[in-house]
Order: sequence, then structure tokens, then C-alpha cells
Amino acid sequence: MTTAGRADQPDQPDQPDQPDQPDQADQPDQCSYTLSVNGQEHELRGAWMGESLLYVLRNRLGLPGAKNACEQGECGSCSVLVDGELVCSCLVLAATAGGREIVTVEGLGAGERFTDVQVAFTETGAVQCGFCTPGLIVTVHDLLERNPRPSELEIREAISGNLCRCTGYGRILEAVETVRDARLAAASRAAPVAAGATRQEGAG
Amino acid sequence: MSYDCAVSVRVPDSLEELVTGLAADPGCELLAGGTDLMVEINFGRRRPASIMSLSRVTELKGWSEDAATGELVLGGALTYTEMLQPDLAGRLPALAQAARTVGSPQIRNAGTLGGNLATASPAGDTLPVLVALDAVVVVESADGRREVPVGDFVTGAKRTALRPHDVVHSVRVPTRRTRQEFLKVGTRNAMVIAVCSAAVVVDLDSCSVRVALGSVGPVPLRAHEAEELAGEVLDWDAGGVLAGDAHRDGALERFAGLVSAASRPIDDHRSTAAYRRHAVGVCARRALERVAA
Repeated sequence: MTTAGRADQPDQPDQPDQPDQPDQADQPDQCSYTLSVNGQEHELRGAWMGESLLYVLRNRLGLPGAKNACEQGECGSCSVLVDGELVCSCLVLAATAGGREIVTVEGLGAGERFTDVQVAFTETGAVQCGFCTPGLIVTVHDLLERNPRPSELEIREAISGNLCRCTGYGRILEAVETVRDARLAAASRAAPVAAGATRQEGAG
Repeated sequence: MSYDCAVSVRVPDSLEELVTGLAADPGCELLAGGTDLMVEINFGRRRPASIMSLSRVTELKGWSEDAATGELVLGGALTYTEMLQPDLAGRLPALAQAARTVGSPQIRNAGTLGGNLATASPAGDTLPVLVALDAVVVVESADGRREVPVGDFVTGAKRTALRPHDVVHSVRVPTRRTRQEFLKVGTRNAMVIAVCSAAVVVDLDSCSVRVALGSVGPVPLRAHEAEELAGEVLDWDAGGVLAGDAHRDGALERFAGLVSAASRPIDDHRSTAAYRRHAVGVCARRALERVAA
């Protein structure tokens, strides 16, 4: 049984501004647990145990990439990967996510470098107000990991849980298709080399 | 402002730990995919004193085939995404079709079969399918295990036969030679709660048809008279198909009418009762045409 332990001396580094959440100053249920986010361990202390992962990422860990819009799993703007599964972080109880590997949009690229998906979004004009963009970027990375050759319908189904109210999706589809085609082209350029290497190994 | 918000969170590692914990704390809320409970918590509508997560209870995960009976055993924590995987979707195509209409990929990765049952929303998409498949819910508690037919498990809108210290362990689906279909009407193709839905199962072993309707009553409803008509109309010697004769269209019309008559819809913010009554008949007729053409 894993029970998120009660901190002996719960510290209060910040009092996040979320009117919906109970006042956390004098509550007995301030506990500690550990989250692994983008490969880094974070000790959460003095946190209310009912907090969503989205709230903890944004307000306690300073990772604002996942956006807070609907808080009911409808909009997808808070999408993250938990143990490699695409989920809405607003629907994950943070205190139950200990021992699981969480990846947010901040953890997708190498440092400050954009990923190919992010580059394609900016170059095709798939970003307008930008609010839905981080969630879509995580979703598109997940899609192309699972299905390197998605059809337009498969792309539409994959992003159906990410609401965008600016673009009308045309340029988002174009961005995804651009990355898909570029990755496939790169893979086919690499393939003959790999095959040759295998043959050489066999000959050796 | 004062809050009653003390909440303990536990993540048991086994079914035994889970049911023991539930017996000691029967008021505890069970958290599976979080697609219902977390919304309530996020909006401050519910402040549970204690929560137990099912995320590490491996006994509730996945699905298997019972070697003795040949039944499919679907774990309570089976996700909608898992229902869509070819192995299971090939065996239970109507369940896969229902799963595919639930929410979005994000929701389907999180939401579970046990959660759909325990929440018992009138619009729960797997419920009519499970009823049409003659499935049985396996309920586990510290007292032991019991089996409840799905039709008896859902007792009203958001009401079930679960006692406070029970958990949905699994769902047993009898293995029969069937053809099955599920159709749903909503205002768009994704992220939509059913306006109405219909599951049709043509059972070639018992030469009968089962029709169950969703979102047109407080619980999933069987359309018994429509089932009887379909059973008479299908040519069982030819493999349970609709005869292509002159009576075919008339029979399908009567079938749709009997389905509509079996519904008990209400007006609400999603639809009118009149539209639901009409549309559920259309859904069931199309489903029958698809599986018996």
C-alpha cells in the first residue's frame, strides 16, 4: 500500500491562487509525495491531496505548458503523457501519480530547441492564439509515435479531443502531414544505409 | 470560507488490499480513470474524505478468456482504448464501436469499463452493449464475490446494485456466435454524450436477437417486442439474415416503431424526448440492417 505520507512540518512555499481550492493554511491533510516530471523528481509538500496533476504542474512546479481551460477533460489543452499514455492532466489526481513517468510539453524537445512538430506548427500557421497549441503538440507527438503513417481521417480522430477555436484545424492538419511526410522521407533515406550495414555485419 | 476538505489518498497494490481498505472505510470514493470523479472534485461539487485509486490493482486490468467456460472476462479497469485493440475488438465489435464513440483519445486512455458501470449514467455508452451481450457484472468485496446481470446491476439513473464496500471486479461476457452493432446519435462525432444509442446483437446460437437502448430511459432498456419481431423476420436457416423479399422494408419499419415504443425518453438540454424516440428507432433499424443484411 502506498500512502502519501503526512509531512511532519508542511512548509508553505507558495499559496497558489485558485479560488476553487480550499484554503490550505490550516488543514490537516497536507501531505507529501513525489512526482517524476520530464525526468526530474519533485517532492510535493504541503499540498492539498485533492489537487489535479494540472494544478500541481502549473501552480506548484512552475510548468505552465499544460493549459487550464475546462477542468473536465473536454478541451485537451492540458494534455500530458503519463507512463506514455496521452491523458488530460486535469483528470489525474496528482497524489496518485507517484512512481509514474510524467512528460509535459516542456519535456518533449531538447532544452530550448523546438521539436519537428513545433517547427511545423509555427511554419504552417497552425498557431494563432496559441492556447490549445501545447496540448496539440503533445497529442501529435503521441500520434506519430504510435502511427507514423496516419491518414487525414486518423489525424482528425487523434486530435478530436483538442479543441482549437482559432484555426479551423486546416493548418493544424497541414502541420501534422508535413511532419509525417518529413519523418517518412527521412526514414526511407536512412533505410538503405541501415540495410547495407546489416549486410556488412552478416558478411563479417 | 470554511471547507471540509480533509482527504486521504491511498493507492493499494492488490485487490485484497483494496477490498480490505474498502471494508474498513466504506465511504471511500474509488478513483479509476478520473473522468467523472475528478470533474466533481475540480469543480468543488464533491469533497470526498478519502479516495482509493485503482491504478495499481493489477487484478482489475486487461481481459482474458475463461478456459473453463469460454467466456470473456473483462477487467473492471479495462480502458476504452483497450476495448479498441484488434484482439478484443474482433471478439466484441459492438463494444469496440461504443468505446470508439466515448470522449477523445485522452478520455479513452483513462476511462474504464468498471467506471462506466459504477457511474451508471443513463448515457453510459457501454451499458446498452453489455445488456445486449447478456453480460454479468462480477462484484468483489471483503464478503466475497457475487455476480449480477448487467440489467439488474443498473437500478436507476446513476444508481447501481453496488454497496458502499463493493468494487466492480470484472464483466463476464458469454461466448456465442453473434453479429453485433452499436450506433449512437450525438451532436458531433467526438467528445459527445449520447442523445440516444442502440445495440443490436444477432445471436446465432439461440436464434434470437437482443436489442438494448441507451440514453432513452433511466437505465439501458431492452426492446422485447422488437426483438421478437426481428427473431421472426430473420432467416435462421440462412444464417440469421434478412430475407430480401417484398416484406423486408415493412418489417424493418415495424421493428423501428417497436424500438421507439420501448423507449422512455425525457426532454433535457441535449435533446427532446420526441427526437430521441424517433432517432433510437432509426439507429436500431440501421444496426439490424448492418448485421443481418
